[in-house]
Amino acid sequence: MKKTLLSAAIGAAVLGFASAASAATLDDVKAKGFVQCGVNTGLAGFAQPDSAGNWKGFDVDYCKAVAAAVFGDATKVKYTPTTAQSRFTALQSGEIDLLARNTTWTVNRDTALGFNFRYVNYYDGQGFMVPKSLNVKSALELSGAAVCVQSGTTTELNLADYFKANKLEYKPVVFEKLEEVNAAYQAGRCDVYTTDQSGLYSLRLSLSNPNDHVILPEIISKEPLAPAVRQGDDKWFDIVTWAGYALVQAEEFGITQANVDDIKKSSTNPDVRRFLGVEKDTKIGTDLGLTNDWAYNIIKGVGNYGEVFERNIGANTPLKIQRGLNALWTKGGLQYAPPVR
Amino acid sequence: MTDHAIRVSSHRGEPRVSPIYDPKVRSIFFQILTAVVVVLVTWSISHNVSVNLARANIASGYSFLAGRSGFDIGFAMISYSSDSTYGDALLVGLINTILIAVTGIITATIIGFIIGIGRLSKNWLIAKLCTVYVEVFRNIPPLLVIFFWYSGVLSSLPQVRDSLKLPFSMFLNNRGLAFPKPVWGDGASLISVAFLVGIIATLAIAMWAKQRQMRTGKQFHTIWVGIGLILGLPLLTFLALGAPLSFDYPIAGRFNLSGGSVIAPEFVALYLALSFYTAAFIAEIIRAGIRGVPKGQSEASFALGLQPSTTTRLVVIPQAMRIIIPPLTSQYLNLTKNSSLGVAIGFPELVSTGGTTMNQTGQAVEVISIWLVVYLTISIATSLFMNWFNAKMALVER
Repeated sequence: MKKTLLSAAIGAAVLGFASAASAATLDDVKAKGFVQCGVNTGLAGFAQPDSAGNWKGFDVDYCKAVAAAVFGDATKVKYTPTTAQSRFTALQSGEIDLLARNTTWTVNRDTALGFNFRYVNYYDGQGFMVPKSLNVKSALELSGAAVCVQSGTTTELNLADYFKANKLEYKPVVFEKLEEVNAAYQAGRCDVYTTDQSGLYSLRLSLSNPNDHVILPEIISKEPLAPAVRQGDDKWFDIVTWAGYALVQAEEFGITQANVDDIKKSSTNPDVRRFLGVEKDTKIGTDLGLTNDWAYNIIKGVGNYGEVFERNIGANTPLKIQRGLNALWTKGGLQYAPPVR
Repeated sequence: MTDHAIRVSSHRGEPRVSPIYDPKVRSIFFQILTAVVVVLVTWSISHNVSVNLARANIASGYSFLAGRSGFDIGFAMISYSSDSTYGDALLVGLINTILIAVTGIITATIIGFIIGIGRLSKNWLIAKLCTVYVEVFRNIPPLLVIFFWYSGVLSSLPQVRDSLKLPFSMFLNNRGLAFPKPVWGDGASLISVAFLVGIIATLAIAMWAKQRQMRTGKQFHTIWVGIGLILGLPLLTFLALGAPLSFDYPIAGRFNLSGGSVIAPEFVALYLALSFYTAAFIAEIIRAGIRGVPKGQSEASFALGLQPSTTTRLVVIPQAMRIIIPPLTSQYLNLTKNSSLGVAIGFPELVSTGGTTMNQTGQAVEVISIWLVVYLTISIATSLFMNWFNAKMALVER
């Protein structure tokens, strides 16, 4: 009797192990009642808790958009702050459902690491920041400098490549956590800080004298930042993908958080009516496994791409980042959404 | 049940019990059961890992170690660049870990001995100071001690452009201590040969002196002759070769000092923190060991006419060592394992370079398995050495 009980217990444990990771993410998320979203540990404008402890930022809004699409409620998100090193393990292991953490889309991450990316939410490039007092005008003058960089990033690899290609010497000073890199740069442990340019603008704000530091003109890499999900769950991948595209499409249509209710009621444009899920007998949402008003919920919850951009990192924020490459394709940028039909 | 079984067997007049109640059978059964459970759990975990990895389309295996790493490491004892492999990166980390462990163990032992003996001092001030030291360092988590030294080192030292100039062309700033790098000329390898010869000769003399003392009772000043041989021989060789040594001096460049060698502040902070932290524990072990030798031993030694210093050296310490060595081993292991905390201040030891490798390749399971195996190997090697040392120091019963 004892033996059978024990073996049954072992069997159950073994089965339990195996089944835990195999359920579909959408069902998991619906059962939990929230989206578990991996974000940065604290990068002003992209993901940072405010004084009340609420997460705010560009990446955070992408988490909210997915929650809005699934639940019709943008607040149903729980955030997992991840370091550059812990982010991939967190996603691989299923600890988080979605990684929206200024992560560069590369072929290695798309294949060997077992992730899927489909759209770029922010086109970025790697830059350098130096104290003004060093009087440096170009990255090519940086030979012999000590460079602070976060470990486990594409930044770390680009840095090595750039200095090697230009036959410059440098001394890497590497930390795992962003806060540690900031502290080291401020303490003068290194001369140069390198990361994505958007990150540099954000970090400069957190320094005690932002005006004493300049960002050099060189962009040494392409850094397409994109949300990532695990491979092998196409349904969830589609939802995350189209939640992102809906933000861009909404901007293209001129639909904002403020006017979405009016447009939903009064619009006669069939494209817009289909997008907002008010067309007759539409399956625009149910095919995704969502309700038909998923796009409406996203816009109602977080606004369109332009609003998300301007609210968190745009010209009226302390970061003062121009749209540049991130303008809509109709305005000379690269942000483009496939048709929602 | 039990009563019944015994009654049944006693009725037959044989002391036989049913196999269920036979202690031998029982113990074998439970051992097999335990083994089966362990094997099953291990198998199910590894099976799940491989199934989950395969489902997530994550490549597995150790072939990634031969790939180009693409990242640089700031503090490497062997030649390493971004063109080296991930395996090299892990090796750099391993060497840094061993470096910090060895230097830390030596320093912690020395500080620990001094503080431990200091606590036994009859001088009130020394004894209390040592007590305060032990209580402070023993009761702070090692990570905080590391942060304390790191921010202490970083914030108290001058910026690189206001470096402190020290004698012998050395510079001290918050990027470390820069000193002239010796560049050896032709025939320099002969000097290390001379050094080795000096050590071997000293060992031989020590053995001869010991045997002579056993035979005749005459003592020989092995220490002074040994120092003369070990230092003198290489020095003579050096001079005979015409001093084949020049220096690469650190010079102030636009950003940094260029040339020379640099001891990074991360290394210094980790080294000091681990040494001071572990020394507090070692001090207590030393004190306990010395206290553990009965007073009668030294009294008997005095009665035989031995000097106090000889008594300590030949009677008290050898007996104290028997008590000291086993717990000392665990402190050495602790220090080695605590060196992994260096990742917090950016010292590129094994966990740090492994972490970067893990992140660039996504091979979490493989890298973690390498970590486990390496730390296990280092720890077991340390244990084996200390066990050998312990056996050597143990009281030989005659």
